[in-house]
Amino acid sequence: MLTTEKLRQENSADGVSRRALLTGGLATGFLLAFHLPLRAASYAVNEPVQPADVTAGKFAPNAFIRIDETGNTTLIMPQVEMGQGTYTSISMILAEELDADWTKVALLHAPPNDKLYGNPTFGLQVTGNSNSIRAWWKPLRTAGASARAMLVQAAAAEWQVDPASCTTSRGEVTHAASGRKLGYGALALAAQGQTPPKDVPLKDPKDFVYIGQPLKRLDTPEKVNGKAVYGIDALLPDMKFATVAACPVFGGKVAKVDDTAAQKVPGVRKIVVLDDTVAVIGDHMWAAKKGLAALKIEWDEGPNARIGSKEIWQHLRAASEKDGAVAKSVGDIAKGLATGDKFEASFEMPFLAHASMEPINATIHVKPDSCEVWTGTQIASRVQSEAAKAAGLPVEKVIVNNHLLGGGFGRKLEPDMVVAAVKIAKQVDYPVKVVWTREEDIQHDVYRPVYRDTVTATLVDGKVAAWKYKVAGSAVLARWLPPAFQKGIDIDAVDAAVDAPYDIPNFHVEYVRAEPPAVPTGFWRGVGPNNNVFAVECAMDELARKAGKDPVEFRRAMLANKPRALAVLNTAAEKANWGQPLPPRVGRGVCLQPSFETFIATVVEAEIDELGEVAVRRVVSVVDTGIAVNPDTVKAQIEGGLIFGLTAALYGEITIDKGRVQQSNFHDYRMLRIDQTPKIEVHVVKSGEPPGGIGEAGVNAGPPALRNAILAATGVALRRMPIDRSLIAMGKKA
Amino acid sequence: MATTLTINGEQKSFDAPPEMPLLWVLRDILGMTGTKFGCGIAQCGACTVHIDGKAVRSCVLPVSAVRDRAVTTIEAVGNSPAGAKVQKAWLDLEVIQCGYCQSGQIMAAAALLAATPNPDDSDIDAAMAGNICRCGTYVRIREAIKQAASGRQS
Ligand code: FES
Ligand code: FES
Repeated sequence: MLTTEKLRQENSADGVSRRALLTGGLATGFLLAFHLPLRAASYAVNEPVQPADVTAGKFAPNAFIRIDETGNTTLIMPQVEMGQGTYTSISMILAEELDADWTKVALLHAPPNDKLYGNPTFGLQVTGNSNSIRAWWKPLRTAGASARAMLVQAAAAEWQVDPASCTTSRGEVTHAASGRKLGYGALALAAQGQTPPKDVPLKDPKDFVYIGQPLKRLDTPEKVNGKAVYGIDALLPDMKFATVAACPVFGGKVAKVDDTAAQKVPGVRKIVVLDDTVAVIGDHMWAAKKGLAALKIEWDEGPNARIGSKEIWQHLRAASEKDGAVAKSVGDIAKGLATGDKFEASFEMPFLAHASMEPINATIHVKPDSCEVWTGTQIASRVQSEAAKAAGLPVEKVIVNNHLLGGGFGRKLEPDMVVAAVKIAKQVDYPVKVVWTREEDIQHDVYRPVYRDTVTATLVDGKVAAWKYKVAGSAVLARWLPPAFQKGIDIDAVDAAVDAPYDIPNFHVEYVRAEPPAVPTGFWRGVGPNNNVFAVECAMDELARKAGKDPVEFRRAMLANKPRALAVLNTAAEKANWGQPLPPRVGRGVCLQPSFETFIATVVEAEIDELGEVAVRRVVSVVDTGIAVNPDTVKAQIEGGLIFGLTAALYGEITIDKGRVQQSNFHDYRMLRIDQTPKIEVHVVKSGEPPGGIGEAGVNAGPPALRNAILAATGVALRRMPIDRSLIAMGKKA
Repeated sequence: MATTLTINGEQKSFDAPPEMPLLWVLRDILGMTGTKFGCGIAQCGACTVHIDGKAVRSCVLPVSAVRDRAVTTIEAVGNSPAGAKVQKAWLDLEVIQCGYCQSGQIMAAAALLAATPNPDDSDIDAAMAGNICRCGTYVRIREAIKQAASGRQS
């Protein structure tokens, strides 16, 4: 199988070791592949593992497919690979309708180009919100089918037969009646001359040969031997290395820098002072780090130097008392709340950092009339335009070489690291790789917002009769995609709240925009449903208790109109041995959610000791994501997502003191490790519905299911994340 | 001052301050970028290499402390039987997600198997707990180590 590694070999074999230019739609003259000059450094150049997107002499029916005369099939990836397996799934979708030969498939990262590669949902190039497959399902199937039709037309013309009498399979067109066959390679040039069909039919899912199979990932072979190239691995002739210190207080500036000692550190080349950041450029990261440590920096801490977590929570709690903008209202909420057994509770979620394993970084070469960027980003086109602004160049003078991402989780939906790196690289004439230390990465993130969600509900005859739900928290969308913020509603912040799966006659959701003082917020894996799945599912368990019902039973009774939700709930309960006896201090908790058009039910089994320490023993998730393009990837994403969510529940909290983040590295911003990892069983339901999103669903399942398991085991109803062991130890019952 | 190390069986000479961690020598001087930077304080395992076959965090290992001991990195771990078995099991069970931690995971697992050919769960916990995977691939890592140990095929 051709992989990107193979591409790299081909690449160096023909002596052109530049990525190429990825011209896509940017037909600018300076974007030409060139041979590297001889260089003194001891390493080879490490650039994106891909040659140019060359269309000449190839069948290039659209932005995604290139077939050369040998039949090698290059697929251009509109979405980025950050671990979620999308390169393989996208390729499977294209290959399916194209009837490509999977063994001849190789991949390219797409260049920045919203017109060609813009996410159909957002209108710009973005990988996020678990929507790569959802957004591209139809367009990519159509692209594949249309290319296939052109290959068939070419073969039919060659044989002078009716195209309808030809079939395709694994990179070949066959005319059964005459026993003739032609490979896609042999047809490539003729197909290029064909007119794309207008309304091309798509396959009946029963005829799928790739979709639905657990095909091996295309990106993993080079991830076991150190050959995969992430943004942080970019190496260029004569490059230098930099690291940064930004003002520890949000919004603060550099006041004064004494670099006398730093200048004397061997290997230090230059100190760059920006508005709010100081960078040291050196011969390697070590020189840069030592240089930075030797600097005496005085900060002008600005207006936020007094802000702490206490003020932030006071601010949010006060905001959450206000009336919000109504996001959804069904029935009569005032009337509904006037009768029945009343329940009220608020649920709080902390700030969280992304902590991708690959710390944020960008490599930049600014020349008088161009700027070139090497990084791994979820937003290639925005990175290009922001780099252009920072460099003071027209956008077409900026080349962006995207890479594999060592985790994204939403952090790389921001261009800030590229902008800072451009400002640094502008000061020198050589390429600079700027790498944030883990400490800087954690302390200068855009954080998962703090949220406070308030539930006011009534029970009548053991069912929820009225449900008033108010979200208070950041409107990340209002900053990130302003046109999407309408009528005071952040559709992300209320996602999975407005579409909670339960039948409730009087149902009302409000949103209060509350931006935390000082702290920048952003998208974090699981996005809006992060807070809502937690609050809804915790409240449901408390309501079940109040009604004297089993939590699964209680939910079931409100799911008559949601067959997919009901089915996953029932299967999860069965697979997890719901209702079977457990030892003392062990409990099971359930979580049901429809998010990202995926239905997932999860049961966590946890043991809680007298001191409140929590050991997760077993997790069972049943997921109905519609057609699972690659069922093994679906499983892997749920497994990994659960760990990501459980990590947050067990440890995750960024706290603020004197305007600065108190955590700095993995010793105080902890991650779940292998010795704490439970048994995880994921069951993927067979379904013919269109594919749902899968990268984030598992994240949101972990915290409420674990919290509900703690409630079952101890009677303690936690209402805040992360888990407070002292509250459990004190045994304060709900 | 020129330092010479034996890395993946080859002699490599370079200039570096003696206290410079091996990680940055590998990545920034020798251009061997398979070994990753994750934390810089021996908390995550992304930078794991072998020194005389033992798993070591290269981000806190001064290059002067390596002396004449053999350094093996992810680029060459597949030359050892344990390393090759681990790489194969990793692909068979599709362990990897973003992959950024996996150089370190594979180095740690290969060192474990070389020393303990049939590790039980607690051996795996002890050898692997220093390696963080933010993508959460731990369930498959455990499975893959067991598969590599048993020689079982998936
Ligand atoms: S980078 Fe060495 S242990 Fe994290
Ligand atoms: S695979 Fe992404 S951090 Fe481990």
